[in-house]
Amino acid sequence: MNIHTIATHLNKLAEDAGTGFDFDCTPINGEIDVLQVEIIGREEIPIFVSISDNQILCIAYLWGEDEVKQDKRMNMMEAMLEMNIPMPLSSFAKVENKYVVFGALSINSSLEDIELEVVTLSDNSLEVINEMDSYLN
Amino acid sequence: MSIFKKIITAVRGGASEAGEAIIDANSTRIFEQEIRDSEKHITIAKRDLTEVMAKQMQAARELAQVQASIKEHEGYAMQALNQGNEALAIEVAEKISELEISAAEQQQANESFLTSSDRLKELIKKSERQLTEYKRQLTMVKTTESVQKATSAITDNFSASNSKLLNAKDSLERIKKKQAMFDDKLKAAEQLESETPDSSLQSKLQAAGIGAQKTSAQSVLDRLKNK
Repeated sequence: MNIHTIATHLNKLAEDAGTGFDFDCTPINGEIDVLQVEIIGREEIPIFVSISDNQILCIAYLWGEDEVKQDKRMNMMEAMLEMNIPMPLSSFAKVENKYVVFGALSINSSLEDIELEVVTLSDNSLEVINEMDSYLN
Repeated sequence: MSIFKKIITAVRGGASEAGEAIIDANSTRIFEQEIRDSEKHITIAKRDLTEVMAKQMQAARELAQVQASIKEHEGYAMQALNQGNEALAIEVAEKISELEISAAEQQQANESFLTSSDRLKELIKKSERQLTEYKRQLTMVKTTESVQKATSAITDNFSASNSKLLNAKDSLERIKKKQAMFDDKLKAAEQLESETPDSSLQSKLQAAGIGAQKTSAQSVLDRLKNK
């Protein structure tokens, strides 16, 4: 599995997508390859897919530390921890100064599993931002 | 220090700078070497275990044979005694005594093989636990590094294209607007669809010269001429 296989699969889905979304994938070159997956209509919150030796990581960036109302920071974190298990397929994490939701898949996952992961992650991101609205500037 | 702690310390301590490794590449290589060594040790230990187990089975089989032979000869000795043939009975008893020595030796060998195989099994189990632990730790290091590298690639890409990740609330607002626009379009299309019979009647009326007429170039010209 590599990001180009995933990109080809998602780009050619169009109307056939089992999840009902259109995708636009752009590979980002770097020390490790990252695939930027945009769901049409939700371009503002892309999903980044990277592949390491033993897992596929899908990450959506939610908000930066600077967007958090500092007096509500603890409440926000508690809410995130409480929501972590109920939230399907994704978990919260922090990468540098950004809060993220991510999903980790086995390297042997099918393309359909990856598609479902990306869409679920996108749905979760929107819902989380909506729900956590009161903690953000 | 545990790898978990090292990662936390490194991330907190500002090793989050792009490109700065959590644990230097050399340590990762040492780690990988340790994993390969452990795997080699386990393979050797498993081969040894197979050999020891085979020898133990052989010893057990031989022991059983000797014990059966002892029983058999005891029967012979009893028969000889019953016949009053003491000389023969003594000869058989000597044989039994030889067999008993051999049985004791086999018993000892059997026990020693059993102890060795238990020790090897324990060693293999321990090494496998260690190996799983090494692999788990290496995964943690590698994942942390790959996330950092991915983040740095994403950040570079955004700064290169002069765009940036939007504020979360703004992003959501824009997505919602797009969704609303899409819904509106869908609604408008439905509405249009439902209005079609009406509009076709309108065009029929117009064709028949009934009702409000469309402004044509000719009518404009006529109006201008009449001024």
